[in-house]
Amino acid sequence: MIRTPLRPLARILSARAKGENPDAIERENRRLRHEEMRDRQRLRAEGRLLILGLFFFGAFTVVGARMGTLAASDPVEPVMATSGASILAQRADIVDRKGRVLATNLATHSLYAQPPLMVDPDRAAAELARIFPDLDAAKLRADFTGSRKFLWIKRRLSPEQMQAVHDIGDPGLLFGPREMRLYPNGTLAAHVLGGAGFGREGVSSAEVVGTAGVEKQFDTWLRDPANGGRPLELSLDLSVQAAVEAVLAGGMRLMNAKGATAVIMDVRTGEVISLASLPDFDPNARPVPRAGRDPSDSPLFNRAVQGVYELGSTFKAFTIGQALDLGLVAPETLIDTKGPLKWGRFTIRDFRDYGPELTVREVLVKSSNIGTARIATMTGAERQQAFLKALGFFEPTGLEIAEAPTGRPLLPRKWSEIVMLTASYGHGLSASPLHLAAAYATIGNGGVRVVPTILRRTVPPEGGDRVMAAATAATLMSIMRETVARGTATFADVPGYAVAGKTGTADKPDPRGGYYDDRVIATFAGVFPAHDPAYAIVVTLDEPVETSGTEPRRTAGWTAVPVAAEIIRRTAPLLGLRPELEQGTGTGLIRVRN
Amino acid sequence: MRSLVLILTGFAVMGLAFWAYRENYRTQAALAETAALQRQIADLREALAIQRAEWAYLNRPERLRDLALLNFPRLGLVPIDADRFGRIDEVAYPRVELPALHGIVDTVALEAGQ
Repeated sequence: MIRTPLRPLARILSARAKGENPDAIERENRRLRHEEMRDRQRLRAEGRLLILGLFFFGAFTVVGARMGTLAASDPVEPVMATSGASILAQRADIVDRKGRVLATNLATHSLYAQPPLMVDPDRAAAELARIFPDLDAAKLRADFTGSRKFLWIKRRLSPEQMQAVHDIGDPGLLFGPREMRLYPNGTLAAHVLGGAGFGREGVSSAEVVGTAGVEKQFDTWLRDPANGGRPLELSLDLSVQAAVEAVLAGGMRLMNAKGATAVIMDVRTGEVISLASLPDFDPNARPVPRAGRDPSDSPLFNRAVQGVYELGSTFKAFTIGQALDLGLVAPETLIDTKGPLKWGRFTIRDFRDYGPELTVREVLVKSSNIGTARIATMTGAERQQAFLKALGFFEPTGLEIAEAPTGRPLLPRKWSEIVMLTASYGHGLSASPLHLAAAYATIGNGGVRVVPTILRRTVPPEGGDRVMAAATAATLMSIMRETVARGTATFADVPGYAVAGKTGTADKPDPRGGYYDDRVIATFAGVFPAHDPAYAIVVTLDEPVETSGTEPRRTAGWTAVPVAAEIIRRTAPLLGLRPELEQGTGTGLIRVRN
Repeated sequence: MRSLVLILTGFAVMGLAFWAYRENYRTQAALAETAALQRQIADLREALAIQRAEWAYLNRPERLRDLALLNFPRLGLVPIDADRFGRIDEVAYPRVELPALHGIVDTVALEAGQ
């Protein structure tokens, strides 16, 4: 760069010649030079600002454009980040305690039509009606040729049906993928599983929503992808459930009952191993409840959980258990059983006359109403009420199925003296068979409250309330063992399994008031094996009548007990219980000489 | 010197550009393969679910019961009952097969013969 000298000699000399101050020239030149430098620097600064501005503009444009494309584009699955495990079916499976499938999903297709795309609506309608006999050709033709743009034809198709529809070859008939719920075991455990249907439906997918049972109770859990496809493990045992249902169905037919239910519970954990209610239904094609009819006659009705019945003499065990626990009586205390017992306008009778006096043990073994009522008067209404409440007879069972809250026990409004007397032998208050099973399981669990659950548990729940002393529970168990060995439930004596239990036969209440003479609810409630209680069982038959004898027999000893015995005989080996020979009381060593 | 640096930089840029170009295509190929594999996994899982459902359906207790009944003459299957439990002392020891005696073996003579 050529720098202009501050004091150019030519100008200085000429300025001196003119008598001017040469410093002015230098100042002027200095000024010009500074101006030039300033201009240059400004230009550079401006250039930098421009570049910086362009950079920021570019950066913001990129960010804005990226945001715009993200907002406007369709969501795409991030291919890189996902692992294989996340590609799963929509709804989790339901399995039994050993992992056998109770409910799973199956990919099928649905069929829908778009009439504007149709080539030959008449032929399509005729062919469809040929493939699906339940469709009406005339109605389909009206739909296809009318103003409709879209209609569902079938919710679920089998592969064969799909191929047949495909072979029609009409472009207006379209398939959408569907995931359907499948219950491979048919009617097995239908009341527990409930059923599922479609919720919101789109062409390419549909929501599967639980409609009853555990499917409804755990609907959100089953649909939650966060569970990673883990199945819902129930406490049911498939083979035990199948055996129970088969035996119960046979027993129901044999005893001419109109309904039957059976519950098997683990006395330590409260797990429900089997819960059967007959008549049942197929959850794959869950019937629609019919309006205007008694819901308890519907096959959808879960008798074990929803059905509340007066469970009769099975309650005597609680009355006597409480009296023993309070120390009011001992097993050998004599109780006055002279009958009939009159209380106001009520009369309490026994099935037959048991003489003037019985021991407490015999009261339960022979099932004396009068004796039990007398024991209840010793206990008093208030303590009796508290005891039954502690056993869980005052609220729904809390089993984790959608129907459980409807199984609310029916209780008398006021716990008067007469209620106390009738409640002592199981009349005047109604509870579900599951309530009874839970209460008997409590006795089997050494007096610690057992709460039923349908979910698999590996360890017993901690901190159950103690309802009665362990010693009382053991005494009560031995008395109930005698009831089976030589009392009212002798048919339940399954060799090797030391069944302890109590029968109950209750007249059915007539909806028009009073009780029926010839309709009963027969119940057997028990625990086995008595020396080391493992399982509680309740079998209830609705209106049974046993007709092999000369006159019809309706008592539980002739109806519910043989069915319960057969259930125990079949299921105890399946549950892994080894038969054990009991130590008889009358046997000893006999010395034989030869 | 300066021009050499410039030329080298130019080559480096070209090399990097070529590398980026190749990586881009390799990534895309890998992504496509992943997508294909995942589709395959999904298909296999669906097939597995169907097989499991079919297994459960074919093993439903009702069908097994019917089959056991149908094949009773051949298999003689009955529901398990309490008699099926055995005790460990009921299990016999395996029978020891003693070798048959062939003539008389003089062990002392054998010892001596060695």
